[in-house]
Amino acid sequence: MAFSEVTRERARQIIARYPEGRSRSALLPLLHLVQSEQGYVSPEGIAFCAEVLDITKAQVGAVATFYTMYKRKPTGDYLVSVCTNTMCGVLGGDKAFEALRDYLGVDHDETSSDGKITLEHAECLAACDYAPVMTVNYEFFDQITEDSALTLVKQLQNGERPQPTRGTRLCTLKEMAVQLAGFADDRGDDVIADGPAGEPTLAGNRLAERFGIAVPGFDPETPITKKAEEAPKPTETLPKAASDGKPAGDGPLPQKKEEAKP
Amino acid sequence: MTLDYQPSQESLSKLTPVLTKRWLSPDAWKIDVYERLDGYTALRKAFKAHPDELIQLVKDSGLRGRGGAGFPTGMKWGFIPQNDGKPHYLVVNADEGEPGTCKDLPLMMADPHSLVEGVIIASYAIRANFAAIYIRGEAVHSARRLRAAVEQAYAKGYLGKNILGSGFDLDLVVHSGAGAYICGEETALLDSLEGYRGQPRLRPPFPATHGLYASPTVVNNVETIASVPYIVLGGSAWFRSMGTEKSPGPKIYSISGRVNNPGQFECGLGVTLRQLIDLAGGMQAGHELKFWTPGGSSTPMLTDEHLDVPMDFEGMAGVGTMLGTTAVQVFSNQDDIVYATYRWIAFYHHESCGKCTPCREGNYWMVRILHRILAGQGTVLDLDTLLDACDNLLGRSFCALGDGATSPVTSSIKYFKQDYLDYIEGRKTPMFKGELVGAH
Repeated sequence: MAFSEVTRERARQIIARYPEGRSRSALLPLLHLVQSEQGYVSPEGIAFCAEVLDITKAQVGAVATFYTMYKRKPTGDYLVSVCTNTMCGVLGGDKAFEALRDYLGVDHDETSSDGKITLEHAECLAACDYAPVMTVNYEFFDQITEDSALTLVKQLQNGERPQPTRGTRLCTLKEMAVQLAGFADDRGDDVIADGPAGEPTLAGNRLAERFGIAVPGFDPETPITKKAEEAPKPTETLPKAASDGKPAGDGPLPQKKEEAKP
Repeated sequence: MTLDYQPSQESLSKLTPVLTKRWLSPDAWKIDVYERLDGYTALRKAFKAHPDELIQLVKDSGLRGRGGAGFPTGMKWGFIPQNDGKPHYLVVNADEGEPGTCKDLPLMMADPHSLVEGVIIASYAIRANFAAIYIRGEAVHSARRLRAAVEQAYAKGYLGKNILGSGFDLDLVVHSGAGAYICGEETALLDSLEGYRGQPRLRPPFPATHGLYASPTVVNNVETIASVPYIVLGGSAWFRSMGTEKSPGPKIYSISGRVNNPGQFECGLGVTLRQLIDLAGGMQAGHELKFWTPGGSSTPMLTDEHLDVPMDFEGMAGVGTMLGTTAVQVFSNQDDIVYATYRWIAFYHHESCGKCTPCREGNYWMVRILHRILAGQGTVLDLDTLLDACDNLLGRSFCALGDGATSPVTSSIKYFKQDYLDYIEGRKTPMFKGELVGAH
């Protein structure tokens, strides 16, 4: 199938976001974009990305198959993801996933027979203070149980769109893919306002508010030391290279020889 | 949980609401509200200073990277070669996904402009005219707020050409990932941002000289960059009034698990777990602390022996672990350490990008061995095999994902070997049905 003119225009806009001559940076958003039209990354979608970026289909395919959010077969309107990483898993996520799997009769990365719901177990969704969590088209439903997960999925099957705990009212997975391709949600300010910070997010703030705690000595007029003046030299201790113990890190120790630079 | 508990004065005195303070204003994501709450005043102040003065200011503040490694931020900025004729780039790592970590997404959701303002100041300091925030794909709610903030900032002249008449130009792109934990590793992130598979690069050269598009690039975590406007306003001495001498400043600690009131608690670096649990309303009834991660699953676990160790970079290194992302996951005597380890290794196995053999194969086999132990079919020798696999993994891959995968295995065997033996020697009911895997 040929991609619509809307999609082609969006592809041009995506490419224009990146510095000149760096159009390949547009590949991830473009793959989200083709999912917004077809619901998955089809061979046509791969060919489309290859065509607009002037790279080979093999180059696009290598990228498309690397990332879990690019689906390789048609998906339902709703992608139901249950976090089963350790924290959510032990607090009830494992049981909720099993309940949904049994109820829907599908396993991880499969779509229900009515074509509405794609089920998956997800890795840590960065909401451990709300654990256990699940998402529908990536919008959060917090502190779930087996029962609440089942109720939610039944509502989706009945054509309802239950309100997420955080995030905004549900759209379809294809509609969400437009946002993932980097386009602002055009449903208006109320959608962006939806889903204010929940209590776990504010837990420390609430305590500080209740006990009147503030950090003293903050003066926004504090002058910035001028270049010519000699700034007091703070004690700087280089962390050991071993402190770069995780991939989400800020990077390893830069070359020692550069230490001497002013 | 109602907030009627009373933490001790000592614990309360550790709270430092700075980065999180604006979160109490539900509309802070709107630019006019942000401006009323002192938003973009740091940017105006920064533009009056020379970029080098800002780099020096951040050096003086002692700010260290909040993404896990704790590298001094000002020093990282200072590594960018100036007057080299090449374009410079700032890339913000918002690919939050380290198990247990949940601080950056709420920050971008509740106060996205503070990150945008930090990006503009940091870009001005390192002389970058293009910046990108690489946000985790699944984080749609935070991305929605962030994209709105960027649009508003363009409309008000805080982004684009000749920002506030300063002569400084900056374009900022919010780039959604597509589901790959490895892209939180900075060089894999850069490859991904360039439109490739997210696989780590061999270093050197480092991103400071050969980063995005092989040009000088600073990659910083969200919380690091969001700290910058406060340093610009309050100064380095004020920033150093929080935290410890070598780990200054406020830090968002994320507490999850078996506590009464889990959530985000911003404290000066060096708070202890005992104080954090106190702030989080204590342990849940019927649960006793058994094991916990100081900063995500990639940081070796600790036990109830470590309740009073200061949680700063030095304190955690002193007990053989790392501060990481201050993702404090609290587990109790009702949680199974062997299962927890198995589940984390299944995660590393799934997320290993496959580039380096030790990580790809090591995690593949470790997850199978852990599974068979849980299935009641393990042998004592399996523990040696696991430790041997860790020996062959640690320090033998391009990036820290492989190193991180050894943390749960080695630390759980170190502190809780008996729990493994209980499965191996038949004292504990197998969790899975018997399944013979690999050679016995």
